Amino acid sequence: MAAAGSPGAAATDLEVVRGKRAALFFAAVAIVLGLPLWWKTTETYRAPLPYSQISGLNALQLRLMVPVTVVFTRDSVPLDDQGKLPFTVVHEREIPLKYKMKIKCRFQKTYRRALDHEEEALSLGNVQEAEAVLAQPKEQPEGSLTVYVISEHSSLLPQDMMSYIGPERTAVVRGIMHREAFNIIGRRIIQVAQTMSLTEDVLAAALADHLPEDKWSSDKRRPLKSSLGSSAASLYPVLNFLLYVPELAHSPLYIQDKDGAPVATNAFHSPRWGGIMVYNVDPKAYNASERPVRVEVDVVKVMEVFLAQLRLLFGIAHPQVPPKCLLSGLKSEGLMTWELDRLLWARSVENLATATTTLTSLAQLLGKISNIVIKDGVASEVYRAVAAVQKAAEELASGHLSSAFTASQEAVTSSERAFFDPSLLHLLYFPDDQKFAVYIPLFLPMTVPILLSLVKIFLETRKSWKKPEKID
Amino acid sequence: MAAAYFLSRSASTLAAFLLLSFGSVASQVEDQAEQFFRSGHTNNWAVLVCTSRFWFNYRHVANTLSVYRSVKRLGIPDSHIVLMLADDMACNARNPKPATVFSHKNMELNVYGDDVEVDYRSYEVTVENFLRVLTGRIPPSTPRSKCLLSDDRSNILIYMTGHGGNGFLKFQDSEEITNIELADAFEQMWQKRRYNELLFIIDTCQGASMYERFYSPNIMALASSQVGEDSLSHQPDPAIGVHLMDRYTFYVLEFLEEINPASQTNMNDLFQVCPKSLCVSTPGHRTDLFQRDPKNVLITDFFGSVRKVEITTETVSLQQDSEITESSYKEDQMEEELMEPLKYAEQLPVAQIIHQKPKLKDWHPPGGFILGLWALIIMVFFKTYGIKHMKFIF
Repeated sequence: MAAAGSPGAAATDLEVVRGKRAALFFAAVAIVLGLPLWWKTTETYRAPLPYSQISGLNALQLRLMVPVTVVFTRDSVPLDDQGKLPFTVVHEREIPLKYKMKIKCRFQKTYRRALDHEEEALSLGNVQEAEAVLAQPKEQPEGSLTVYVISEHSSLLPQDMMSYIGPERTAVVRGIMHREAFNIIGRRIIQVAQTMSLTEDVLAAALADHLPEDKWSSDKRRPLKSSLGSSAASLYPVLNFLLYVPELAHSPLYIQDKDGAPVATNAFHSPRWGGIMVYNVDPKAYNASERPVRVEVDVVKVMEVFLAQLRLLFGIAHPQVPPKCLLSGLKSEGLMTWELDRLLWARSVENLATATTTLTSLAQLLGKISNIVIKDGVASEVYRAVAAVQKAAEELASGHLSSAFTASQEAVTSSERAFFDPSLLHLLYFPDDQKFAVYIPLFLPMTVPILLSLVKIFLETRKSWKKPEKID
Repeated sequence: MAAAYFLSRSASTLAAFLLLSFGSVASQVEDQAEQFFRSGHTNNWAVLVCTSRFWFNYRHVANTLSVYRSVKRLGIPDSHIVLMLADDMACNARNPKPATVFSHKNMELNVYGDDVEVDYRSYEVTVENFLRVLTGRIPPSTPRSKCLLSDDRSNILIYMTGHGGNGFLKFQDSEEITNIELADAFEQMWQKRRYNELLFIIDTCQGASMYERFYSPNIMALASSQVGEDSLSHQPDPAIGVHLMDRYTFYVLEFLEEINPASQTNMNDLFQVCPKSLCVSTPGHRTDLFQRDPKNVLITDFFGSVRKVEITTETVSLQQDSEITESSYKEDQMEEELMEPLKYAEQLPVAQIIHQKPKLKDWHPPGGFILGLWALIIMVFFKTYGIKHMKFIF
């Protein structure tokens, strides 16, 4: 290596230098060009996702607005108070839930005077007649309520009742001739409006699966959550209703509760499956001489039970009515319109919670498991889901329940479609330790000479730096 | 009507209050009992996988089918069982008793039977299909019986058997599933809340290595052998000529034979099944990821399908509108008589088919063409290289 000053040696010197340069160039190309190229071409394809927006969804502040129209009749409040009409009052409170999503409930009460036909209707004999005249169910959008304030001594309601909740989205509340009329009436209205729309248990039941376990206390009966709509996994979920007529040898068959007393309905139900009712045929029917005996099943009695079970399976619980409040009987459909609204509120909130959880889980999974592929279609579904969640939150805040519900459904569908897309498992069976086994035979024969030559060059240069020092 | 509703409500609240007051003394005991029962699940699923094929792996198929029988006997319906088998035993040419799979010597119990429902058979049992079933990422056209439609209140039993090694399980002699992939699949299930609790049982060599990497909550795992040990088979049958079952599953099945849907046997008993003296390998289990104490977990929580029910105490009062009901009944009766008899729609254009023109056949070259071609090739070959090479042919 140390040149001895002969032309042959000078030539080899030049070659050696060239050799060194070549080796350095190889190494440079391998590291600067090759390594990044290999890295880029072998990474799992992940279309960009809005991670920051997804984490922002977790801290979403949901504001649920219930628009309430309050109609005052002539003698309901003192005259000077009447002069202040019309105006709007907002009552907002936060629902305490141990969940990341904070929920605020906002009742926007629009006060106004009664129109002539309303005054006429509210001076009729009883409240059912008044409702029949006032009935305009189609005009009222979902989620909104109308409360009529009648005078303190009106005979529309029974004397001891202070309020009445109708089957449609209307209610009647007694007014009061008092200085603080508006405040007192306002409180009564809020009580009634809460029963008809949003209470803590409605939302707690909706978010039951998302709340941590310790939220439930053992004495509070856990509401039967069927959540038929939220299990996207099952195709076409089915509810079964079974009417069992036991044979003569086993009749009459009674179901007993835990104290041994026969249950009045003779029926039981199972969450997410359906209900079973046992129908005991009147034993006198068996005395007939001709066989087979034709038995008429009292379908009304059976349907009463099945309707009750259906309501329970949907999660429509009995509302807690405020004191001295008259609750109207159920309509022939078995469901009051505001109960449907309560379901819509609950489902919208639940859908938003589910969509947020799904998107967050997807983001977390992408962090944990390195070989999940995100194709462009999946990414667009995620973007759509995020946009739908934000739109649903906006619509809920502005009180449009039906469009909020539709948006929340879209959010859930898009997020489930993104999470369960078959293409995510595209890179199956390519674990990290096996990538090692694939690439080592390719790269080792190439890198070993490069590395060794680099080491050699480095040692030589170090020696050549030291050498002049030694001489000097 | 409103008053009637109000009265019925007050009556029911009064009844509830009375019941509560009667039950208040016993409520403590009941609460304890309820907690004991409360596993939080409302439905059960089972995924049973046999990862081997070929005649000499008869015992793996017998293992899986025996577990399938037990699980069905204890109540899980076929619609909730995903059975993955190579299914090449019953109709194998080497099976001296065709259409049967026996799990015990002297051919006592035919576990194949008439009503076995195999969801993934033969070459459909792949790692990809298995992971797709678990994570739910199946193509939308998949039939319902091939999907695991579990939700957040499902308890799932996963049983796997076959040939395994340290950290992997062999699928059909051509692929492997690693313990990392399995753990990741369970994590994906957990993130989407596809299970409430999961019981994972594996009967392979070095089975404990498969559950080492689990990190998702609510998973309990059992394995037939530790890392470095082999799981052994039970007994050969001289008539059939192969080993019929594996030891661990054999003793698990003996244990399960004594369970009925109302049993109170808990998981600690299952852990004691098949000690080293009987199994030769050391069965292992893992419960650190499971939230409940194993002694509070019933066997039927996973192997059976015990459903929670509630007594219906409320009714909805309906107004009986007898006029409407009677008239609609009469209408139905009349409609039935007036209906025309059904007949098949005109689907086939029969007239066209009868008067069809003869189809133009595709042109084929004459048959001797290929022969002629080969003769040409051989001639050219021998022209080039000389006739003496012909001796290598004749």
